[in-house]
Amino acid sequence: MGSAFIPIMIDAFSVGGLYALTALGIGLIFSVMRLANFAHAEFVTVPAYALFVLSDHPVVVSISAAVLVAVVLALVTERAAFRPLRGIDPATMLIASFAVSMFIQRLLVFAFDSRIKPVNPLAVLDGSVALFGAQVNLLKLTTVITCLVLLIALTVFLKYTRFGLEMRAAAEDFTMSRLLGVRANRVIATAFVLSALLAAVVAVLFSAQTGFVHPRFGLQIVIIAFVATVIGGLGNLLGAAVGGFLVGVVSTLLQALLPPDLRPFREAFVFLLVILVLLFRPQGLFPARGLKERI
Amino acid sequence: MTALLEIRNLTVQYGRINALTDVDIDVSEGEIVSIIGPNGAGKTSLLSTIAGVVPAAGGTITFRGEDILRLPLEESVRKGIALVPEGRHVLPGLTVLENLRLGATIRSDTPEVRRDIERFLDAFPILRERRNEPAGRLSGGEQQMLVIARALMSRPRLLMLDEPSLGLGPQIVDKVYDMISDTRDQGVTILVVEQNARRALAVADRTHVLNGGIIRLSGTAETLSGDPDFEAAYFGLRSVADG
Repeated sequence: MGSAFIPIMIDAFSVGGLYALTALGIGLIFSVMRLANFAHAEFVTVPAYALFVLSDHPVVVSISAAVLVAVVLALVTERAAFRPLRGIDPATMLIASFAVSMFIQRLLVFAFDSRIKPVNPLAVLDGSVALFGAQVNLLKLTTVITCLVLLIALTVFLKYTRFGLEMRAAAEDFTMSRLLGVRANRVIATAFVLSALLAAVVAVLFSAQTGFVHPRFGLQIVIIAFVATVIGGLGNLLGAAVGGFLVGVVSTLLQALLPPDLRPFREAFVFLLVILVLLFRPQGLFPARGLKERI
Repeated sequence: MTALLEIRNLTVQYGRINALTDVDIDVSEGEIVSIIGPNGAGKTSLLSTIAGVVPAAGGTITFRGEDILRLPLEESVRKGIALVPEGRHVLPGLTVLENLRLGATIRSDTPEVRRDIERFLDAFPILRERRNEPAGRLSGGEQQMLVIARALMSRPRLLMLDEPSLGLGPQIVDKVYDMISDTRDQGVTILVVEQNARRALAVADRTHVLNGGIIRLSGTAETLSGDPDFEAAYFGLRSVADG
């Protein structure tokens, strides 16, 4: 049992970690500007294409480029698409983010066609290591550790830096924060940059696991992450992370533990659990305070 | 006296409804000016427009000789104007200390900021005791103290308070008004808006009665309370409970 258990858990944690980072990327932007950013999918897809384009270059170059591309893309979409809509009702912003998402996706099809492209950004991590007497895939272990480090770094940033304090304040009461001198543009740009950094990391780790990229690459993970943020409690970062983690872990465990003929229906079981959670906790597991508007 | 804040012909509209019509107000350095009027008189609109939360439809607002009418709202605090909005607006999930620290967002003199925080914690032992608790857990009175202290953390020239006594018990209102007087004694100019007419009259050097978006009457506490038009100007004066 022990030798089978550890790899399954590492597998589950690595998927959970990626969903958690994605859900956090969505949650960061949502919490400061009430934008459910569907284009987060492309914040993941585009850097993955950067990895493909630069696959002949050293790993450091391609990964740095992927991160840079994600950040630039996020800042450009914020400036061009979302800033003009700021303060408008969340439904309109959501639709706008659909438009941005579709636009970039079509652009990728135009530039690269829609067939899958091979990527292997972390070839160095092929193979496995022994952990507590079990053989564990090195890439998955790295994924778990990276996710953990990023979660801690983000927590420290939000809790102990001036920028982080301003972001948390903006998430609670944007107008009041601005009255105290918190600059709206700066806080929102910071949220987009952080979101893009997380998306780029997800792009690297996820493409290393799947081994290919295609125009809907980010979408598959972002849709699940959206579900996760709803479970966790929209607008609550801790909730988003926990929700993402839970969805990832549960779906991986179902894959491993369901009888083989039920495995193709794994997602159905995941969403069944989602429905159950929402029936009993319609606000999610960790409802956000900021959403209950205080007058 | 030199006018710190000079408002001329200020008109504010929500859709086609005038919230304020041709309002003229001067606030001089070191004064306490109060604006009283019933609910819906336009008091909050006035402060919100000065702070830049609500755009003006016409008129001018000059602060220290500079036109501030079209300033984005996060800039007004940089000019020296701090607003304590109606309903207090603590940042409920952030701690008392974090709220105070945010009040100093525009400052970069960290050691001085720390000293200012210590001063407020000394002045309000209850805030010190609960400094690491989320501000949302404080009582209404404690929250009011916190948001005034938070506004003062920016070291403003002008402190604007919107209904500071709203929803507070009489003793707490006394404390809040003591705090307002103390603040003026430290050289901060104050513009306070109240439904609580008696209290706002008593504290202020000059008072304007605002109703239906128009300044109906202006004067000192003595001249206004002796004025036969006062109650009519205030309109729904009812006997406004003092606190």
